[in-house]
Amino acid sequence: MSDLTRKTAAELAELMTSKQASSVEITQAHLDRIAAVDGDVHAFLHVDTEGALAQAKAVDTKRAAGEQLAPLAGVPLALKDVLTQEGVPTTAGSKILEGWKPPYDSTVVKRLKAAGIVILGKTNMDEFAMGSSTENSAYGTTHNPWDLGRIPGGSGGGSSAAISAYEAPLAIGTDTGGSIRQPGAFTGTVGVKPTYGGTSRYGLIALASSLDTPGPCARTTLDAALLHEAIAGYDPMDSTSINQPVPAVVEAARNGDVAGLRIGVVKELGGEGYQPGVEARFHEAVELLTKLGAEVVEVSCPHFEYALPAYYLILPSEASSNLAKFDAMRYGLRVGDNGENSAEKVTSLTREAGFGAEVKRRIILGTHALSSGYYDAYYGQAQKVRTLIARDFAKAYEQVDVLVSPATPTTAFAIGDRIDDPIAMYKNDLCTIPSNLAGNAAASFPCGLADEDGLPVGFHVMAPVMRDDLCYQVGAALESALAEQWGGVLMTKAPELEVTR
Amino acid sequence: MTVAADVLEIDDALAQYDPVMGLEVHVELNTKSKMFCGCPTEFGAPPNTQTCPVCLGLPGALPVVNARGVESAIKIGLALNCEIAEWCRFARKNYFYPDMPKNFQTSQYDEPIAFNGWTEVVVDGETYRIEIERAHMEEDTGKSTHIGGATGRIHGASHSLVDYNRAGIPLIEIVTKTIEVPPAKAAAVARAYVSMLRDLLLSLDVSDVRMDQGSLRCDANVSLKPKGSSTLGTRTETKNVNSFRSVERAITYEITRQAAVLSSGGKVLQETRHWHEDTGVTTSGREKSDADDYRYFPEPDLVPVAPSREWVEELRATLPEAPSVRRARLQESWGFTDLEMRDVINGNALEPIVATVELGVPAAAAKKWWLGELARFANEQGLELDALSVGPTEVAEVQKLVDDGTLNDKLARQVFEGLLAGEGTPAEVIEKRGLALVSDDGPLLEAIDRAIAANPDVVEKVNSGKPAAAGALIGAVMKDMRGQADAAKVRQLLNDKLGI
Repeated sequence: MSDLTRKTAAELAELMTSKQASSVEITQAHLDRIAAVDGDVHAFLHVDTEGALAQAKAVDTKRAAGEQLAPLAGVPLALKDVLTQEGVPTTAGSKILEGWKPPYDSTVVKRLKAAGIVILGKTNMDEFAMGSSTENSAYGTTHNPWDLGRIPGGSGGGSSAAISAYEAPLAIGTDTGGSIRQPGAFTGTVGVKPTYGGTSRYGLIALASSLDTPGPCARTTLDAALLHEAIAGYDPMDSTSINQPVPAVVEAARNGDVAGLRIGVVKELGGEGYQPGVEARFHEAVELLTKLGAEVVEVSCPHFEYALPAYYLILPSEASSNLAKFDAMRYGLRVGDNGENSAEKVTSLTREAGFGAEVKRRIILGTHALSSGYYDAYYGQAQKVRTLIARDFAKAYEQVDVLVSPATPTTAFAIGDRIDDPIAMYKNDLCTIPSNLAGNAAASFPCGLADEDGLPVGFHVMAPVMRDDLCYQVGAALESALAEQWGGVLMTKAPELEVTR
Repeated sequence: MTVAADVLEIDDALAQYDPVMGLEVHVELNTKSKMFCGCPTEFGAPPNTQTCPVCLGLPGALPVVNARGVESAIKIGLALNCEIAEWCRFARKNYFYPDMPKNFQTSQYDEPIAFNGWTEVVVDGETYRIEIERAHMEEDTGKSTHIGGATGRIHGASHSLVDYNRAGIPLIEIVTKTIEVPPAKAAAVARAYVSMLRDLLLSLDVSDVRMDQGSLRCDANVSLKPKGSSTLGTRTETKNVNSFRSVERAITYEITRQAAVLSSGGKVLQETRHWHEDTGVTTSGREKSDADDYRYFPEPDLVPVAPSREWVEELRATLPEAPSVRRARLQESWGFTDLEMRDVINGNALEPIVATVELGVPAAAAKKWWLGELARFANEQGLELDALSVGPTEVAEVQKLVDDGTLNDKLARQVFEGLLAGEGTPAEVIEKRGLALVSDDGPLLEAIDRAIAANPDVVEKVNSGKPAAAGALIGAVMKDMRGQADAAKVRQLLNDKLGI
């Protein structure tokens, strides 16, 4: 049998349906791969060997009994450590939650389990999803499988690195300002941020409630769509969940026809500050789509310029409140509980020890932005910008079906390169943030390697609210056209990890 | 502990200062489940048995609004003549406290569900209008019990226990505008307001309104301004006021305490104060300043609440009649004068009279008993009318006996006396005390014969064409019968006898 870890999720599902492989075999193959390479990659914070094999066995038993199973039943997956899974350590990349085992499943996990998807373990991330490199994880940086000296992106660097290192065919990420799409772009994989409210946030440890969106990570567009379909849909446990049918993402990923589709290139997302290799691959991809029959026009979204500053007021404001619950009273880390210190002192000592520098920075920023006397100037203004950005999108969608841009201004940067310069780090998310502010669907698809560093470039597609299918339609068209050129998806061009050579 | 010398007499205090007062009342709704999760709300369950990831504020958990809670909030708003927001949001009130699972309280800030209302209370026959600023929805916190300290408060405690059963129970906070009433009436009006709210909430069936269980909690904001001055003084917020009587006492106490502080040249501190039911004083709590910054912002985990106008009107149609409208209607149907109605209300006799009239007793008769014999007894015993052993049913029974001639008013009063003394049913009291009117003609005729024989002069007057003189004979017969005769019947028999 050829290496099971090289298969796509759709292929693995087919192997199981045709009884050529069992879920236990497939799961074990991935657990072996993790054991072999994760020492170098450090995509996982916790590997649930026993739990994963038990889940796999259960699926195999059901299949043997002839039970009707969901399309991805038995396929393994890596779960970002920001989603709760009952009884499995969940840290959100923070020391303050070290040792916490949630007593409940997040909705995403419930749906994964219901679909028979096998959860291999929890992946590394920037602490509380604050970061674009995983360097803010309290448990060490994840390395980009394309170049171990580089970051894999963030905050969901662990999830994207896991799939690009063939440790898992699928992963779950969460995207607050680009945390699925930017790591997707940096690791040559597909990352989709569904419409806000299209996937449930119940059990997602909140960073910024009005922005956080769980979504799929995969090596192919179809795999991402299959996973999207498994986790998406209305959830009465999340008030912001949208009570509408899930867009036909799988159908769109299978069709991939862009003839007659109107595509808008966002004028403001390009030019100065963008790496030449990134721009080159992006424009080639646009040309390719034109050749496939898409109508391409340039579109202006004048308020995108203010997206980054607005985001860095809204996010810290919400985060400062969301993170208040970490007070050492009921779960997680507790420092200084010596019978002498007051509750306030214990809370203070615990937060001092348990939160990293970036988390503290954003709590302070947000606390300030919400303070009386500053609220209108900061949080209030940022909300107005948010409205303007949503209007930019609405106006653009009168002209075109989707908007496109590079997913990131640059390719993956070296570990340590930007960690001391928050603004440079924040600029990673220039292209991805507007979609979070407006709540629309967006995705990054691999579109080649930059000439100057040979690293993956992401092609960013933004579609209207609840038109996630359009992202997949464009992604699938691009993927099949590029596969013809490359003889496979971009991941096939990734170098072998040294430990496995 | 504050000592008595630190307060002025209330009359002295009010001679120098005018109290400025506002009330915040927290009402726990009687919904089956909590405001943002499905946990039950039953009172008195073992600690931390009615909790889930949502009300424990576990990482990742999210709130969902209890529609029944919104419905109750709208009903309360409507009953207080408020406008109901077409669109409003929840807000996070951020502050740290161990019994707050999320370290923010999900509440409402500048977009309350109900606002700009009013209501009325009656004190000593005068009606006072109270303006309602707002009524908003929020969740309750957990309950801390501080162990090891002398006072049961956190200071000096060795540790604290937290029960999260209460966390997330729906609350409505009802806030008055400044209550403007004659200074001497302030405390009594406050009491009447809380008492009126209790009745209103009960009639709406939105809360158990048990002050002893904390399902109705009153915070009183009180400040003083020197007579004639328009400058507002520093206010205190007195918490833990858990009975109607305490509302009046605590406000009176705060007025006398602040007056003492101010008149001795001191400054009133802006602070939370705790009312102590047993000692009748308030003591200093947490110092509060205008700089308290709760960093309110719209709750991003919840969608806005936008009650349709149709729904609001449907709910309005289900409201019981407003107390003031009801009073007017009853007064008209009973044919009482304003003065009579005022006596009824002051005497807290409205509800007993309503119930008695419903049993078929004429309103005037019901009023006569409740404000007469029964009120006198209640006063003597220091009881409310509704705490007497005689209720509307007994009043109706006695009145029926009066109507059918078994009793007259005088005897009826004695029957009530017996009833209140626990001598049994009306029939038993009549039997034991031998109170029934003599309805047999025989004994009456005998008494009439005795009266005629004893008063020949009167008989002569009557026979000489002065029938009015017969009144003296009736009086003699009644006396002979020791009052246990129907005077009308005596007159008729006497007339027959004398051939008038």
